[in-house]
Amino acid sequence: MIQKGKISNGVKAMVLRAAGINCDMETDYALELAGAKAQRVHINRIIEDKSILEQFQIIVFPGGFSYGDDVAAGKILSNQIIHHLFDAIQRFIDDGKLVLGICNGFQVLVKMGILPGGDSAGARQDVSITYNDSGKFEDRWVYLAPQTRSCIFIEPDRQIYLPVAHGEGKVVTKDEAALENLKSGGHIAFKYVDKNGQEGTYPINPNNSVDSIAGLTDTTGRVLGLMPHPERFVRATQHPHWSRLRNTPAENRCDGMTIFRNAVRFVQRNL
Amino acid sequence: MRQWRFEIFNRPGSADVHGNSVLEDINELGISSVEAVQSAKVFLIEADFDGAFAKRLAKEVLTDPVCEECYIGRSGPPAGLAKATLIEVHLKSGVTDPVAESVTSAIADMAVAVNNVRTARKYILLGELTTSQIDTIAKKILANDCIEVVMIGSEAEPPSPHLKPYELQITHWPICDLDDDGLVRLSKQKDLFLNLVEMQTIRDYYKQLGREPTDVELETLAQTWSEHCVHKTLKSSVDMAIDGRQVHFENLLKETVFKATEELNKKWCISVFADNAGVVEFDEDSAICFKVETHNRPSALDPYGGAATGIGGVIRDPMGTGMGARPIANTDIFCFGRPEIKIEDIPKGVLHPRRIMKGVVGGVRDYGNRMGIPTVNGAIYFDDRYLANPLVFCGNIGLMDKDKCFKNPQSGNLVMVVGGRTGRDGIHGATFSSGEITHEYETIFSHAVQIGNAITEKKMLDVLLQANKAGLYEAITDCGAGGLSSAVGEMGKELGAKIDLEKVPLKYTGLNYTEIWISEAQERMVIAVRDENLHAIKKIFDDEDVEATVIGRFTNDEKLVLRYNGQKVGELDMQFLHDGGPKYSRKAVWQSPALAEPAMAEKDNYNDDVLEILSSYNVASKEWVIRQYDHEVQGSSVVKPLTGIDNDGPSDAAVIKPKFDSDKGLAISCGMNPLYGDIDPYWMALAGIDEAIRNLICVGGRVDRIALLDNFSWGNCTRPETFGPLVRAAQACYDGAIAFEAPFISGKDSLNNEFSCEDGRQIAIPATLLISAISIVDDINRCVTMDAKRASNLLFIVGETKNELGASHYYKIHGHLGANVPRVDLQKAPKIARKISLAIADGLVVSCHDCSEGGLAVALAEMAFAGGLGIEADFRGLPKSYDCSRTDVQLFSESNSRYVVEVEPANYDAFARMMLNLPFGQIGEVTQEKSLIIKADDGKTVIQSDLDSLKQAWKRPLSW
Repeated sequence: MIQKGKISNGVKAMVLRAAGINCDMETDYALELAGAKAQRVHINRIIEDKSILEQFQIIVFPGGFSYGDDVAAGKILSNQIIHHLFDAIQRFIDDGKLVLGICNGFQVLVKMGILPGGDSAGARQDVSITYNDSGKFEDRWVYLAPQTRSCIFIEPDRQIYLPVAHGEGKVVTKDEAALENLKSGGHIAFKYVDKNGQEGTYPINPNNSVDSIAGLTDTTGRVLGLMPHPERFVRATQHPHWSRLRNTPAENRCDGMTIFRNAVRFVQRNL
Repeated sequence: MRQWRFEIFNRPGSADVHGNSVLEDINELGISSVEAVQSAKVFLIEADFDGAFAKRLAKEVLTDPVCEECYIGRSGPPAGLAKATLIEVHLKSGVTDPVAESVTSAIADMAVAVNNVRTARKYILLGELTTSQIDTIAKKILANDCIEVVMIGSEAEPPSPHLKPYELQITHWPICDLDDDGLVRLSKQKDLFLNLVEMQTIRDYYKQLGREPTDVELETLAQTWSEHCVHKTLKSSVDMAIDGRQVHFENLLKETVFKATEELNKKWCISVFADNAGVVEFDEDSAICFKVETHNRPSALDPYGGAATGIGGVIRDPMGTGMGARPIANTDIFCFGRPEIKIEDIPKGVLHPRRIMKGVVGGVRDYGNRMGIPTVNGAIYFDDRYLANPLVFCGNIGLMDKDKCFKNPQSGNLVMVVGGRTGRDGIHGATFSSGEITHEYETIFSHAVQIGNAITEKKMLDVLLQANKAGLYEAITDCGAGGLSSAVGEMGKELGAKIDLEKVPLKYTGLNYTEIWISEAQERMVIAVRDENLHAIKKIFDDEDVEATVIGRFTNDEKLVLRYNGQKVGELDMQFLHDGGPKYSRKAVWQSPALAEPAMAEKDNYNDDVLEILSSYNVASKEWVIRQYDHEVQGSSVVKPLTGIDNDGPSDAAVIKPKFDSDKGLAISCGMNPLYGDIDPYWMALAGIDEAIRNLICVGGRVDRIALLDNFSWGNCTRPETFGPLVRAAQACYDGAIAFEAPFISGKDSLNNEFSCEDGRQIAIPATLLISAISIVDDINRCVTMDAKRASNLLFIVGETKNELGASHYYKIHGHLGANVPRVDLQKAPKIARKISLAIADGLVVSCHDCSEGGLAVALAEMAFAGGLGIEADFRGLPKSYDCSRTDVQLFSESNSRYVVEVEPANYDAFARMMLNLPFGQIGEVTQEKSLIIKADDGKTVIQSDLDSLKQAWKRPLSW
């Protein structure tokens, strides 16, 4: 059995709930394992009373199918946030706090313009996430190579292994210039690679994302969105072939925990 | 008010994934003249907003800023040389449109109100097409007649969705003066599916009352007495002739499947065959419930919607068991016709198996994934007798508090309907699914198709779990077949209920009281609530935008009273409704077929045979399906459906860890082999039980905590020769459950799976029994998978290989059936299972694989390529029966109760000691060479193949 991290009274994380979000429980658990005090909060409660946000230092937009992914993945929820909570979320980031979007949460952050962000966050819409080239939802494990040293969630020198499970995970940009901006602005957080760190085609890049992009960060490095699910690799027996690695525990390090631990550590040190 | 039209296209250069997949399907139909397909989303919005807002809406909500562009109004055909055909697919009036609901709420977020939103799909086909080709493409690929309307090149908009309000008109269906012919005619005219004796019983009841029934009363009786709801065939008395010997059952189920459970009397069985799902203990605080349902007929008509509502419906079973469980896993088992069958060989009224399979997988994927429930176990079986009657088994497992496993509705409680609204969808589903399908059913029973919206169900689940935790309701059940009629009727069985039908929230106006009462609209549940809790429970539901409406009260007069605007429209005695049906008796016959073993020459080499079996559809990798299901959501997976060095080997069973704070696990498996039933359904059923149990044991499930579920899918059982095999299978269920001490905890049957073709030909499915099984895993860290782990480890086989090639895949690829169907030694099989289970618990086993379809050769090949390691086997060590001398028998016999086990050399002695007195032997070892080598018992190499060829043969057939 896994021992939970020592819960620090200082670090409080909110896991957003809304119709169709369905990875909130395991995300809540991963945060608690990392030592945060986590709470799942329905979006209606935040819209009723935005000051709830002040209690937290981390907000996670978890995976799922918010509002059924109707129209497009994450679209209806991002529209709801834009019209009711955008300023509050922006203030949360400006206060130096952390935002993490996983899978559907990543789609929401991109579609409301928080990612890749920048001066005109919210209005800027030259990056999007669309249907996988394979045309279908797929659940499979991928290797991720960090691309930045300035995102607080990421260990820059550690390649990690996590599952993706999505039908709309292909990161696209409006044009070459938009892609160039992502690169030069240090927005690319993770790329899909093979075991040896090399980029490749499907299934190494499971959705044919441009430039193998698996995750994005903003200019502050305190907002991260990614398609893969770190909350699904927080114990050794979640590795897809853990039964082969019993005698080599070093090969099986619960890579998902790095992201949650780094977030908690950052809050402990800085907030 | 203005009707706005928005058409959303992919931007040039952005892949049109949907259009491309339609093009692929068109090519598969054999139409090659289409060069390209463009797809577009269409939104029809009736509202007062102006052009400026329309542009804003298009930009901010409807269109992706990077990949899409919007055209406001109706776009014409694209410029260019190629001929373009415009096709639009609209939902029929009244069909649930979840996207429209979301768009309405998104516009509300922008502080603008709309009157109505509808969505449609538009396709532009580029290339020369004849009218009949267009018709074929529209019918076979783009649209489903049951729920959709196709508009080809038309300028007209589909009919307005506005419906007339309903005015009460109480309808009576006179019955008291009808003779037998009249009764039969009435039953047929009204699609009641009640037989003559049932109609007579009802007539006599009303004669006694001295009045005529209303329509809603007869409909309620028809639903409640339907095969689907009461399983009259399986509970009937049976006179059976088995090879001339007479056997009698007063109540078939009670004397077979139930009886085993009763006799075993396990204290860890909490609630069996009583509630919506069977309930067993998990640990000190929690219980597990499990239910598997079929959704065959809806899936035949509308594969996507039918399968989606199949999984959606079975998820509500655990949600409605006891005081409600939290769903933690789905299972899915399908039977289809062969995917390569020619279009011209498909009977009228039947969809192509490939389309059915894609639709069914898509439906389960979209509903299960949206619910956030991992789909962890399943199987797919192909046989052309499933062509017109595909089988779709959907299962769901729930976790619940042990002290909340029973409901307690009391008189005076409020009756509340919660979740989705009621519409015309799914009217007559229960009765429809009890009859046989003909080529005309597509049109006649289109209303029986239900349309699901997973997010409505997910929202309802979220709030119900909170209300359950707060203890705010007294009872809960789901609205499944029969809708409110069966949910309220069942919950108020001992009490009585008074319902005001006009209070039921509707999707649209115009429904009459009967439609409201029997609609099988999805995503609804019924709860019983005390007055003092009404406010608190309403708040929980309101807080998350889920509807919960009081529609009546449970009473204490044991009467079901239905009213509309205060006027009584129906009244039935609960006792007559539930126990008034006639007792049934049936005849059954089983004659052992005269079969013989084929004469086949022995060969020096069986490489081609093993490759062909690996690439036969039933054995081949199901990765294409498995990966479309989210099998890791909830973070609970331990043994995933795919395993091994490249995460693509076939796991024997799934293991999940349902609680974050405990390392206790649950193993989930299934067993099914309809082909064996062609020789003897008794051995088919036992093979299914043995296989399901083997699979649990292989991953580390406890042998003394196995619970089983049965799902009988059969043909028309009024024919004694069709019913006989079912009785044989039920007898085997008793024998198997007793031998393994594995009680059945729940079950379901689906009969009349037959199809009358236009030319009078009748297609019946083969006798099909699905066995689903669960067991407890004490410590998930001790679980074992099937992939070979390390070179120089030793391989053992435990269990005897016998001369049992009857109905094997080896015979199948050579066009034979044979006679020697695999049997189960009921003495030895449980002992072997127990010892393997102990060896795994002791950590003596590093991998373990069940030996089933394709026999030992296939099991060894799978272990090797899943582990990326070679295997060298030598059959001199094979434990076998005296008549098992032929090499092909040793390689491919599908004898039951066999396990291939990999053991580290250091554990040889301990493992061998544990297997003492069982048939077991060392048959080889794991090697570094990437090849499978099998030597016959004369030392000659009979199979030698590199792993890549084996794996490719296995992976290719279903990698669509």
